[in-house]
Amino acid sequence: MSLALPLDAQPTDPALEGIIKLAVMAVGGQGGGVLTNWIESLARSQGYHCQATSVAGVAQRTGATIYYIEMAPGDVAAPVFSLAPAAGDVDIAIAAEMMEAGRAIIRGFVTPDRTTLIASTHRMLAVSEKTVPGDGMASSDEVRAAAEVASQKLILADMDRAAVKVGSVISASLFGALAGSEALPFKREAFEEAIRTGGKGVEASLRAFAAGYDLAQNGEPAKPVEEKPVQQEIVAPKGPADIQSEWARLEARVAALPETVRVMAAAGLTKVVDFQDCAYGSEYLDRLEALVKADTAEREYELSCEAAKYIANAMAYDDVIRVADLKTRPQRFDRIEAEMGVGNDNVMHLTDYLHPRAEEIVGLLPEKLGRKMENDPAWMKRIDRWFNRGRRLRTDSLRGFAMLYFLGGLRNWRLKTLRHKMEQDHLNDWLQMVAGYLPDRYGMAVEILRCRRLIKGYSDTHARGLSKFDKVLSGARMVEDREDGPQWVARLREAALKDEKGTELDGALKTVESFTG
Amino acid sequence: MAERSFKAEVEHLRKGSGDVFTGEGILALTKALLENGVGYVGGYQGAPISHLMDVLADAQDLMGELGVRFEANASEAAAAAMLAASVHYPIRGAVTFKGSVGVNVASDALANLASSGVNGGALVIVGEDYGEGSSIMQERSYGFAMKSQFWLLDPRPNLPSIVKAVGDGFALSEASNTPVMLMVRIRSCHVTGSFETSDNVPPPLSVQDALANPQRDFKRVVLPPMSYAHEHDKIDNRWPAAEKFILDNKLNERFGPESGKVGIMCLGGMYNGVIRALQRLGLADISGNTSVPLYVLNVTYPIVKSDVVDFCKGKEAVLLVEEGQPEFIEQQIGAMLYKEGATTRLEGKGIFPKAGEYTGQIMFDGLEAFVRQYAPDLLPAKVLAPNTPKTELPDLTKSVPIRPPGFCTGCPERPIFASLKLAEQELGPRQITGDIGCHLFACLPPFEIGGSTMGYGLGPASNAAFDGGGEHRAISILGDGGFWHNGLSSSIGNMVFNKSDSVAIIVDNYYSAATGGQDVLSSRAQNSTKSTNHPISKALEGVGVEWIRQIDRTYDVTQMRAAIREALTTDYKGPKVIVASSECMLNRQRREKPLRNKAIADGKRVETPRFGVDQDVCTGDHACIRLSGCPSLSLKKLDDPLRDDPVAHIDQSCVGCGNCGEVADAAILCPSFYEAKVVHNPTVFETWLTGLRKKVISWLQNRRAGKRLTFSGEAL
Repeated sequence: MSLALPLDAQPTDPALEGIIKLAVMAVGGQGGGVLTNWIESLARSQGYHCQATSVAGVAQRTGATIYYIEMAPGDVAAPVFSLAPAAGDVDIAIAAEMMEAGRAIIRGFVTPDRTTLIASTHRMLAVSEKTVPGDGMASSDEVRAAAEVASQKLILADMDRAAVKVGSVISASLFGALAGSEALPFKREAFEEAIRTGGKGVEASLRAFAAGYDLAQNGEPAKPVEEKPVQQEIVAPKGPADIQSEWARLEARVAALPETVRVMAAAGLTKVVDFQDCAYGSEYLDRLEALVKADTAEREYELSCEAAKYIANAMAYDDVIRVADLKTRPQRFDRIEAEMGVGNDNVMHLTDYLHPRAEEIVGLLPEKLGRKMENDPAWMKRIDRWFNRGRRLRTDSLRGFAMLYFLGGLRNWRLKTLRHKMEQDHLNDWLQMVAGYLPDRYGMAVEILRCRRLIKGYSDTHARGLSKFDKVLSGARMVEDREDGPQWVARLREAALKDEKGTELDGALKTVESFTG
Repeated sequence: MAERSFKAEVEHLRKGSGDVFTGEGILALTKALLENGVGYVGGYQGAPISHLMDVLADAQDLMGELGVRFEANASEAAAAAMLAASVHYPIRGAVTFKGSVGVNVASDALANLASSGVNGGALVIVGEDYGEGSSIMQERSYGFAMKSQFWLLDPRPNLPSIVKAVGDGFALSEASNTPVMLMVRIRSCHVTGSFETSDNVPPPLSVQDALANPQRDFKRVVLPPMSYAHEHDKIDNRWPAAEKFILDNKLNERFGPESGKVGIMCLGGMYNGVIRALQRLGLADISGNTSVPLYVLNVTYPIVKSDVVDFCKGKEAVLLVEEGQPEFIEQQIGAMLYKEGATTRLEGKGIFPKAGEYTGQIMFDGLEAFVRQYAPDLLPAKVLAPNTPKTELPDLTKSVPIRPPGFCTGCPERPIFASLKLAEQELGPRQITGDIGCHLFACLPPFEIGGSTMGYGLGPASNAAFDGGGEHRAISILGDGGFWHNGLSSSIGNMVFNKSDSVAIIVDNYYSAATGGQDVLSSRAQNSTKSTNHPISKALEGVGVEWIRQIDRTYDVTQMRAAIREALTTDYKGPKVIVASSECMLNRQRREKPLRNKAIADGKRVETPRFGVDQDVCTGDHACIRLSGCPSLSLKKLDDPLRDDPVAHIDQSCVGCGNCGEVADAAILCPSFYEAKVVHNPTVFETWLTGLRKKVISWLQNRRAGKRLTFSGEAL
């Protein structure tokens, strides 16, 4: 055989360079079909041959779906188009969601030699991201970084917001971005004509088109640098003068803390005072200051920062009083009305879904009485019979509001309740354990503070959180003498946040047992 | 009424000679049927030919004018059985369903039809659900053509070729007295393009006219001894007639040079993929003119031996591009060449992977490998020695989450499975089988309910081994589509007859929803051409189910769970069936939204509900999402340094179904959920009352604010 010198080989047909290959990656229900129709009608109106295909079927029920279009100038005789995109052979990739952009890159539809990538940065979270008890959200930054490497030209902006802002949907803003990217050899007017020919919701679509066009041409306006108050105590709360002066004294104590601790301490203090009152805020600072004393600048006050955060969260626990208080505040009504777009011509009915159990009722009783009932199954059963059922409370009605208002007003009673006592005991035990690790095992103390993150939710979820917390702490005791103890506690905590039932945590604990037992 | 309306497009089906039609493949198919004098059409929906059924349904007026009968058959078996009209009568008939599962269901009728043989052209249009976007097991319909000996067309995926294949199919069917299956792949069904139309032709003999002159011939009945004669007739007469027709009419096509060292044989449906790979290899131009001889099998069964041998003559090697497995055609051609004593090397599987779709990359790699091995001198320099190294891209496979399909926002099936999950949490896990339909999404997270699916309407039947009962009763799911398809007899009848002690939950969403919202017998809509509003519960009573619980609002999770709990714990030993009915939200919104907007514009009083989460009450444990998975129930990261985890958040796409609130209540999750019902055009009294309430409420709020500190946010 000859050395394959391609003397008689066919040159590649230069007309092939004229084919434009465009893939649309979308989530079912986003209107990828509408976008495809516009692009197709645009290409035909400009005298191009055009072929579109899509994959119909169940993927269109909220799954990842793909549309594919090829076009070529009209002077070519009967071009043969492919029905599916091929890796490394796509000129324009449009992704209607950030992770779909990632999927386009994974599938090789975005390559640095040829692909213009137009992607919306907004997120539609996949189920797997949402069900994690902790934070399971995928990293958009990672996709952004990959997109920068993978694409020849990159247009990234929140096309969803741009469209929704003008009363339209993302297909229109993406079509605008496609025009603005100048990746197709057609004029803007031709794009707009395609929308008009489509004939549905033309005006709104054109507005979103313009927004998308603008984003592609000029990029997203740089976010105004938020002027975050360096020290949160600058934000003055409203309230009667005597309480204001109490608050001022607390602020002064925060100002006396090491600088790195102040932001978190101010946030924590605000939360605790908002939860109860200034005296309770003072208690918070007492606890915090005790730990700050044991801390050092060499460690950048890591312990104090974590303490400022988690002590506040522990002290502002979620009891019936807090929920009722939050649900009756004027700011809440304003927020919901704004979110729902309630104008002067509308009225709004607000129904809260509540389901109290005997535990919550008993938690409201004074400690002694509460304990007695808690330990008496007959009483618990009776209380359950009286109270334990789903309640739909019309919070916009006087009766419903009054009921919650009354409960929210029990704040002054709170410190006498069984629930408060239980929370206090739990808090003290936890802080005692933290203090026990100081000063020698600083890392352990920090990690134990962080474990507070595991306690959240209400009723069963709360109980499950508590049991995970206890499990992680018992694991912590097994590794407390080890050099890498803190890392193990962190690992146990992360495992506990992975799934609901704590399967990962149990696995991690087994590992710990295997080398400590 | 189906999810997508083709009323506007259907008007284009009236085009006549000299016009050009531009649109989707399925519309072209319909037009081709009308141009070829079809007398009756039918079928059963399922991707990728659901829209073909929708087009046919929307074209009923036009078909009525032409004297064409349209039947929305009860199942694929019923559709295939309808072709019996072409056995005795010279009437062309066409039915459509999906492959391979639809063909599975239809195979009994198809086998009988193939044995009897046909007089009028009988065409089965099969949407082959294979490869990306498919929702079924990955198999080929090809085997059915082989076993029953009907012919299989697989035209090139462009509109003129598809249209031509319809005419060829009818003619081939009539020339060989054999039914013909016309296969279109997922993307071909929805590929767009143009073709020159011709006039629609009314059937020479309509089905109505045929009834005036009934015909029968016992020789066509599949009974001994005629069935033995049928087998011989297939081999001795019908097959040769088919081969002759294929050759005479050049149904298979050849492209490129007459001869060459190598050649490529491909199935018609693979043609565009092959050309694209050749284009990228520098071996074809933009219009598909190739420098490698190409033999396109638009007829994939039967394979005409003389034609294949002729193409292979003088070639060192040929490559067969046949997607899917088993590689039926490769085996046939291999045997043909061997028996002929040919020296041509046959390549196919090996160069191509045995399993899976031939994607662009696989096609490119396969063809490149073949040409590089047998004719490297054909390849241009830049392909032979590419000099640009590939850029290394970051690996995102670990960070980008999978996004399988799931329940839509507001889906009435979500609360059914939330209830079932709660019941399982209470009573312990159960043996659960699923069925075909949207409800099968419940197998996926967050519900993870149901461990198998054995076929349409077979949910309860696939739990039959457990019908005897035991410590924990088994549960099966069945949709309304599956129920009427064959579930009533195969699943429910089976349960009654065998005194099943298990539980069946029938998901009744008023439509065959997964396939695009076609009506079924129990649909609540009024349909001018179909008989609807036949309640499932009455059918259940009719076959002898005694324990029936009808739930008319699936969103009531507490009630739904109570019904499941009762079914699982009752002392009653016979079959227990829960009918959970609520309308498919996708269809409901499409129906109600325009009416609602109009009512608001007209100044009528309208309530629009939506749900929300109080972000300060939500603790970010996401327990609600694990009982929902609703697209509108998502997460939000708060700008609060004290919070580690994102909180639940309901976006604007919420339709106010109430599942999240109901679940939070039934599972006693948390008090974060609220329903905000905006009243448009409220009555005068309502506005007055609201004003009064607001006054009192803000007086109370101000009173409290006067005694405490108020920070800017609601809670910090």
